[in-house]
Amino acid sequence: MRMYLAVAATFLSLPVAAQTAVPMDDQSQLAPSAQPAAGAEYFQPPSESDLPDNAFGELVREGRAIFVDTRKRAPEYVGNGMTCANCHMDQGRKPNSAPLWGAYPMYPAYRSKNDKVNTYAERMQGCFQFSMNGTPPPADSHVLNALTAYSYWLSTGAPVAEVLPGRAYPEVPEPAGGYDLAQGRQVYDAQCAVCHGPEGQGQKSGEDFVFPPLWGKESFNWGAGMHRINTAAAFIKESMPLGKGGSLTDEQAWNVAAFMNSHERPQDPRLIDGSIEETRKKYHANDGVNLYGVEVDGVVLGQGTN
Amino acid sequence: MKTISVAAGLLTCLLTTSIQADAGADIYSKGGANAAALACVTCHGADGLGMAASGFPRLAGLSATYMEKQLHDLKAGSRVAPVMSPIVNALTDEEIQSVSQYIENMPTPSYPRVERSSEVDSLGAQLALRGAWDRNIPECVSCHGPGGVGVGDAFPPLVGQSSNYLASQLVAWREGTRQNDPNDLMGHIARSMTDEEVTAVSDYFSGLGK
Repeated sequence: MRMYLAVAATFLSLPVAAQTAVPMDDQSQLAPSAQPAAGAEYFQPPSESDLPDNAFGELVREGRAIFVDTRKRAPEYVGNGMTCANCHMDQGRKPNSAPLWGAYPMYPAYRSKNDKVNTYAERMQGCFQFSMNGTPPPADSHVLNALTAYSYWLSTGAPVAEVLPGRAYPEVPEPAGGYDLAQGRQVYDAQCAVCHGPEGQGQKSGEDFVFPPLWGKESFNWGAGMHRINTAAAFIKESMPLGKGGSLTDEQAWNVAAFMNSHERPQDPRLIDGSIEETRKKYHANDGVNLYGVEVDGVVLGQGTN
Repeated sequence: MKTISVAAGLLTCLLTTSIQADAGADIYSKGGANAAALACVTCHGADGLGMAASGFPRLAGLSATYMEKQLHDLKAGSRVAPVMSPIVNALTDEEIQSVSQYIENMPTPSYPRVERSSEVDSLGAQLALRGAWDRNIPECVSCHGPGGVGVGDAFPPLVGQSSNYLASQLVAWREGTRQNDPNDLMGHIARSMTDEEVTAVSDYFSGLGK
């Protein structure tokens, strides 16, 4: 019996690729990923010190530098105060913080966001267009080549087309009674404003943003995944306050995420005929929990900041 | 008539400002009204850059809001410093305010703005620019700014401080003799650091200022 169990366990731990097709589920909003099996660890990306001193290593290093300092290293494509590493903690390495090793091996993939199969380059273009409210770098640009090389290198040894534990922000259930903007403001004032400023404007040192702006014209736009309250709650619960991830309750995370996303930010670049209502119908009505085109305190959100 | 009253207003303004500035400068160089409020210059230097060997910190350029908070916290005991406590206890609130303003305006050298995109070649640089996220330790520069130059009123400069002073503060957080950071943001990090890391990162930031 003991042996039988051991054999079964071995069998279960075999890669599942042989028995399933390449997953074609929609990659617009990542489904929650499982925790690693008991005793197992998250995927471990290679160490920076292992990078070779050759042309490949050089491109990876450039990709890493762009990833953590996007505004300065790719200024022509960034339209706000954000940088890749603001959403992807530990330079895109940390499990449960949308690590690059969890994303790169999943592409090409279908996304309802633009209703087509996206290459990895197209997926990154989406980050520039929405999260960084900028201009998508061309697919063959040096910026995307370097970011691709960095992602590929971080994925060294990761299986292709297999959902890895820790690839998303772990889902946080919505409070039973819904979220509360007033309570969200209290959490914000007590725990977030010290870094992100009383008006969500972020904080700079000279011209450099040190703490990212959370709303307003320098923040991510209404088309970014982070505008979903459920996504923001998941990110916040896992990673905020910085270094104190997991310290907020589920309810606090939802309330403060809703408070953050009940403010104006740059317009969704997919705006249809200048109509917030049409844009909500097509792009926001079925996109998680969000306030685009929704009336809050007598004002319809989604006006944009430009 | 109007011109005269505007001019008089301006003059009053200028006088008030310069009186406050002078009061701050006086406290800094000569001490407070109470004889126990020793002159700052004695330990922190005429340039406000501190005395590295004794671990007396740099003050020049620190945000006035930050300075005021530290002085009040030293009085209240949420930050303990045996040498400083009797001195700060002898300062009035007004004196704290004016000397803090004077300190903020003291000139500082320019420091290198080393950023997260830089390469790392030491344990100290690793912590400063990469963090140790397996223990939820963020990059120091992600709060203290490029090269640790400080950000706003809550995140003080690390560069320009001596290794002695930086290490003593990390140890104070670990031992609970300093607990005046907002929401334990620094305390929980310090408590996750090893002795070797405390020394390495203190050496790193003090080295940037040299």
